[in-house]
Amino acid sequence: MSLQQLASRLQENFATGFVKAVEWRGDLAVTVTRDRLHEVAQFLHNDPAMDFDYIVHVSSVDWPDDEERFEVVYEFYSIKKRQRIRLKTRVPESDCIVDSLTDLWKGADFMEREVYDMMGIRFRYHPDLRRILLPDDYTEGYPLRKDFPLRGKGWRDTFEFLDETAR
Amino acid sequence: MGIEDQRTTVYKVDPAHPGSETLPTLRTEELLLNMGPQHPATHGVLKVILELEGERLVKSTPVLGYLHRGVEKLAEDGTYHQFIPHTDRLDYVCAMYNNFAYCRAVEKLMNITVPDRAEYLRTIVAEVQRIIGHQFWIGTQALDIGAMGVFFYCFRDREILMDWFDELCGARLTTSWYRIGGVERDFTPSLIEKLKQFLDYFPPKIEEYKVFLETNRIWVGRTKGVAIISAEDAVSFGLSGPPLRGSGVDYDLRKAQPYSAYPKCEFSVPLGKNGDTYDRYWIRVQEFYESLKIIRQCLEQMQDGPIMADVPSVTLPPKQRVFTNLESMIQQFKLFSQGFDAPPGEIYCGTEAHKGELGFYIVSTGGGKPYRLKIRAPSFIHMGAFDHMSRGYMISDAVTIFGTYDIVMGECDR
Repeated sequence: MSLQQLASRLQENFATGFVKAVEWRGDLAVTVTRDRLHEVAQFLHNDPAMDFDYIVHVSSVDWPDDEERFEVVYEFYSIKKRQRIRLKTRVPESDCIVDSLTDLWKGADFMEREVYDMMGIRFRYHPDLRRILLPDDYTEGYPLRKDFPLRGKGWRDTFEFLDETAR
Repeated sequence: MGIEDQRTTVYKVDPAHPGSETLPTLRTEELLLNMGPQHPATHGVLKVILELEGERLVKSTPVLGYLHRGVEKLAEDGTYHQFIPHTDRLDYVCAMYNNFAYCRAVEKLMNITVPDRAEYLRTIVAEVQRIIGHQFWIGTQALDIGAMGVFFYCFRDREILMDWFDELCGARLTTSWYRIGGVERDFTPSLIEKLKQFLDYFPPKIEEYKVFLETNRIWVGRTKGVAIISAEDAVSFGLSGPPLRGSGVDYDLRKAQPYSAYPKCEFSVPLGKNGDTYDRYWIRVQEFYESLKIIRQCLEQMQDGPIMADVPSVTLPPKQRVFTNLESMIQQFKLFSQGFDAPPGEIYCGTEAHKGELGFYIVSTGGGKPYRLKIRAPSFIHMGAFDHMSRGYMISDAVTIFGTYDIVMGECDR
């Protein structure tokens, strides 16, 4: 099945939830609405013609200027069919929660926890949604958001240095 | 009786506690044990909270992040070229493969074709790195479960390749030899000669490792039938590399999505049957032979030619010209300070490192810096299966189980 066929098959089956499909550099990225994400993933996982049995990674991107600020990115691979697909959905900042896919791919557990830790997106029905790389009591926010400073929080400017030239 | 049955009858915790009716006063309770973060067998700083019933593991919770340095955030602050040395520090025992995976991802983003000779050089060095990685694994894994001798033999041979790396790029561990669009420098005749010598030197040494381990009854007893994972579970957890192939799943990116000079070489992908630690060991030993085969074929097929793609807006000028030619110096300066203009878009590119699939997901909005860079680190994803794989085993097997993934915390925590 070519990538176009794959995209049009998804569009046919999920006419209401389908947003767009982009093919670039040989990668297919399909965006769906948040409420249909789990259904689409279930279809990709269970349908024998799709058979995406392998989860590659779960990631997230922050677009602060957009109305729906965060993008959750899942990447699946079919070992038998040697095919890749990227499934994306958008969530607004006020309500950043998506359905967890841990019931379909067990590996999604740690990957979703990392997204929660780094970007603050919550996953509904996740069995153990805690921070994973940062400490549990970390209160300074979510480091991969674009409003988290890239070069420190200015503490360094408040340090007192010895003025070597004054001597 | 199959190994899976053995495990359920011999190792699984029986919730009904057979025999407890004859000992009515016996008090049982679960015990929590913190293993790490400074345990010598955790290969860095990994903490696992083990819930024990007697000496059996009921549940284990990995606590990660002791080595978290925010590499993904750092990537957003530098140009694409500047990120290459950061990738060395991910999996610091196998830096070359990280460089390789990252450069391949950026090349996919920029749509650059690497010249033939550079592809061969890359493949050779990647396979040398795979040998080093597996030597390191066999040595330390055996050391962790008490078989000390083979460690010295593995490190003796690893040292030869480390010296070879030293001669190639001036560094043993943090190599940064790969460049976007090619490699930093070509092999010298002495390097090729040394590599050929190693190809003849190494096969008898593999036999030596095998004798050391496979005739060691304790080591065999502690690896055979330990940390079994079925093929379905291994796929569902997203395992890759030897942990996945040990369960018999034929998934190797070098074959599934051939890249670099791999399609021009003949090699096979060894597959395990039982999915236990011993099978994963066996796969790694077989991969020694396959790597040697690939290196030999590459050395034979390699022709003279450029080692860097000719895309001046992206790739670096030759180092000799930078010091003698003003334009080249300006080009080098601009590429490192401003970077090149990447097209807006997003790609994912996975590479078969010796630990598993190491992938980079890059989102670009144009300009010289990545907008978002995500690292798919096999060590991190393998730790996700730790709880599943350790249930019902003895506490001493915990070391075997995280040893079996070839875990390196620099990559796991990023």
